Amino acid sequence: MDETVAEYIRRTVLKIPRDEIKMMLQKWGFLSEAQLQTVNFHQIKDNISQEVVQLCEENSADIKQAAVLDIIYNHIYQDKRMWSVYQMKKSGDELEYFDVTDFKKKFKRRLRSALKNVTITFKEYEDNAIWIRVAWGTAHKKPNQYKPSYVVYHSQTPYVFISASVLKSNMPLLCQALIVACNYHDIREVELRSHSLNSLKDIVFKRYSQNFPTYTTKPTQGGNVEPENADIRIVQENRSEKERIHRLNEEVFGSGPQPKLEFAQYRLETMFKRDPKMDVLDRKEPFRCLVKFSSPHLLESLKSLAPAGMADAPLSPLLTCIPHNARNYFKIREKKDAFPQSFVSP
Amino acid sequence: HLATSLPLPSERDHLRPRIDLVVFMIDIKSKYSLKNVKTSLAHVDASFFLGKVCFLVTGVGRVNACSIETNAICKLGKAYCSPVLFCELELEGIRVTTAQRLTRMLQICAGHIPGVSALSFASLMRNSDDD
Repeated sequence: MDETVAEYIRRTVLKIPRDEIKMMLQKWGFLSEAQLQTVNFHQIKDNISQEVVQLCEENSADIKQAAVLDIIYNHIYQDKRMWSVYQMKKSGDELEYFDVTDFKKKFKRRLRSALKNVTITFKEYEDNAIWIRVAWGTAHKKPNQYKPSYVVYHSQTPYVFISASVLKSNMPLLCQALIVACNYHDIREVELRSHSLNSLKDIVFKRYSQNFPTYTTKPTQGGNVEPENADIRIVQENRSEKERIHRLNEEVFGSGPQPKLEFAQYRLETMFKRDPKMDVLDRKEPFRCLVKFSSPHLLESLKSLAPAGMADAPLSPLLTCIPHNARNYFKIREKKDAFPQSFVSP
Repeated sequence: HLATSLPLPSERDHLRPRIDLVVFMIDIKSKYSLKNVKTSLAHVDASFFLGKVCFLVTGVGRVNACSIETNAICKLGKAYCSPVLFCELELEGIRVTTAQRLTRMLQICAGHIPGVSALSFASLMRNSDDD
């Protein structure tokens, strides 16, 4: 077995928390149950990984199998990576039957025709997701297994989720190969990024609980705004205001859990509106400003702003349109006509 | 009666008993809280400031999260001739003690303690190094 493969397997096993190593090796299926029994999973990880590498040596593992283990690790710990969303466009309306083998063949062929030194690995999961791992090399160097890119493609949708490696120069190539393999003619990046792959899928596939506007004028029952005060001696003076805020919040955010995003970024390219007496800017240049909201769970925290009294309800549509417009990166430009207000650009 | 700001909603006027003590709660972690209290103060009748108003500053236990300077709050207390209490609601002991203090103040404000009136608060709460 190649020593680079041995080292790669050793490092991959070291990444896994000790209690999960056995489970992941079983998922991998490369080592037999009998072989796994011989490993002591209660010793320090260094020793566990050495034993695992020994066993892989016995089975003559190569980089292909090692890459599968890496996919399994990244599938379980997908939230450690940052995922971007790409949308593909079809030229016509033809519904083509999706053939997985054909897809894999086309993808590999396209990628390899441009770059010989790549390691391409596929793994399919039950939710119709195809995971692709690509390790990139150059014309003269072997692929760097420690900085691969991951692509998640759901065959019935035009969306691809990519966690690129640091080597961004390979993105055009990757996109090309995807369009060819998926039978689309164009691909573009959607301004939506997050660590939570499932939340990205929820937003893009519209799987989160949305609230559709219902034209009732009657307010919701006041009973479920907050838990009944056990102490009837406490009187809430602003009950109707609290109910209004709750109702507005429900209308905007829906009542289910929000998709998990970590930030929203607004790039302002608006003109600085100044008092003509203030001489702050002589040149009529756009005022560059970047506003970034970050949170462990941005949408839930936005949802709780008004009920917590920290913001007025309703919230700015710039904040509340995030899941509906499937974006968390915005460019705000000046509206170039009679009304000097800013608007959100696509 | 708990309210998020003043003035109180007028639709409940007929349900409200006499108000003996108004406690303005300021969260030291939130500038918005101080601003809200300052705007609400304008809606309080002047007669309340004879001992029936008190400022309660919460969240003082989290030193790293302070957004408001205690100076600003003490100045506010002086300007409105009202005592300022500091407490940390997350600690049960302090919570209970503060509640007891407020209840005691309320009893005095409501006239339940013979011989002591709310007017005494202003002089009792004065700092020794004040003029």
